[in-house]
Amino acid sequence: MKGRKKFVGLAIYFILLLVPIYWMLNMSLRSNADILASFALYPKDITLMNYMNIFTDSSWYMGYVNSMIYVALNTAISLFVALPAAYAFSRYQFVGDKQLFFWLLTNRMAPAAVFALPFFQLYSTVGLLDTHIAVALAHCLFNVPLAVWILEGFMSGIPREIDETAFIDGYSFPRFFITIFIPLIRAGVGVTAFFCFMFSWVELLLARTLTVTEAKPISAIMTRTISATGLDYGLLAAAGILTIVPGAMVIWFVRNHMAKGFALGRV
Amino acid sequence: MEKWPNNRAWLLVLPVFVIVAFSAIIPLMTVINYSVQDIFGPNQAIFVGFEWFREMLADKRLHDALWRQFLFSGLVLVIEMPLGILIALAMPKKGWGVSLCLVTIALPLLIPWNTIGTIWIIFTRPDIGLFGAGMNSLLGIPFDHTARPLDAWITVMLMEVWHWTPLVALLAYAGLRAIPEAYYQAARIDGASAWSTFLYIQLPKMRGVLTIAFLLRFMDSFLIYAEPFVLTGGGPGNSTTFLSLYLVKIALLQFDLGPGGAFSLIYFVIVLLFSFIFYQALERIGKGDKV
Repeated sequence: MKGRKKFVGLAIYFILLLVPIYWMLNMSLRSNADILASFALYPKDITLMNYMNIFTDSSWYMGYVNSMIYVALNTAISLFVALPAAYAFSRYQFVGDKQLFFWLLTNRMAPAAVFALPFFQLYSTVGLLDTHIAVALAHCLFNVPLAVWILEGFMSGIPREIDETAFIDGYSFPRFFITIFIPLIRAGVGVTAFFCFMFSWVELLLARTLTVTEAKPISAIMTRTISATGLDYGLLAAAGILTIVPGAMVIWFVRNHMAKGFALGRV
Repeated sequence: MEKWPNNRAWLLVLPVFVIVAFSAIIPLMTVINYSVQDIFGPNQAIFVGFEWFREMLADKRLHDALWRQFLFSGLVLVIEMPLGILIALAMPKKGWGVSLCLVTIALPLLIPWNTIGTIWIIFTRPDIGLFGAGMNSLLGIPFDHTARPLDAWITVMLMEVWHWTPLVALLAYAGLRAIPEAYYQAARIDGASAWSTFLYIQLPKMRGVLTIAFLLRFMDSFLIYAEPFVLTGGGPGNSTTFLSLYLVKIALLQFDLGPGGAFSLIYFVIVLLFSFIFYQALERIGKGDKV
């Protein structure tokens, strides 16, 4: 591909990518009556009413807070347990290593619908129902395997002479791991955190099953816009736009890590 | 690279094992338990053996949903893998464009799945949607995903490609960035064309990330639920009732846990089997052309 053709192709792709999001933004700035009355390429009388509804109603905005709490918890737990495990997989040969690695991956393969009920029973038995930690732990099921998989790739890219030298120099394993090794794969940690955040933020079924009121995620609250009079498209669009914001912020923070991290590891 | 044999490495893996097993094993056992019983209510169940498995395996609508699912996942992989690689090849390698591209391309990935469905309802409705109204009034093509099965399929495919191609592109981009410049220099000296550079250098070097991308896309598209549920609800008729939508119909709406459990396990085994075959096949290709 030549430079110019490449650029045009990429530009077209990005426009197509953004159009559906623009359309939702357009809807979110109009009242529901206006949306249903006329077709408009851009909002003629911009109204922030839909957003005001969300920001003044605690049952709405607490949904965002709840989602962010369990997503942050999940990302922290996933990284904390996956880092040593990924190191073990990338450096050592041990009984059952290959089988264990594939078993971890199989946890992404079960259809969630029927598994949701035993999840509900399990978490109510241990008394964690309707807490943020319950959702964070449940999301570990699919995020921890992915984190191990990605981190293992990054770690395998670091030559083992570094480990050997550090051990000869008298570093203990924890000290070596925290002060030397993790900084070396900083970028990989950034990329992994991004993926954990992403999959936990977008998951709906388990999060909805394990929460009642206290920790209800925003994605579950969004179904409230369906009322007797039909869908409130304006409100739904505004809530949708707000679900994109935290994700966009996370990408913005890790963008340099992503560029660099993606360059370093084989992911 | 030879790995150090050391069984104490299990200590490092133990936290992962415990945390995943906690959420994995007990629910799996419970579902297996459902699948061999006829459940009438709390504490009222009789053992029925493999009855539900026989019934489910003979279910005509399950077969239909399964073929629909294979067609869908097949199309997803055939469209998204090449498209994602193409986008990754076109993305800038340095400068301000890199951050801009990465941030923009990751946007669809960070939208909750039911919001994705909502976006596409709003976008494709024939009266208020840009795409739906555009097709109908500008191009004069009748388009209504709530009434015509083909339109529903087109909409679901568009949504899926829009939503997930970025994942393939991001991973492929990561793989491309990891290729040392020396390989390209060697290719230039040999006078290799862009196509043979791609075929003999870039593609083999991207094998690792493309394996991840391929498996993730296979699993997630095979298990797709929330997006088509919000967008089409499986309709019109049953035309977009994929496997998981049919499963929810059986298990939760009719509240039949026995057949639902058996269905889930059959479903799980199908995904597992195909993932295993793909995993082995992709690993073997890797051993063949170790550079």
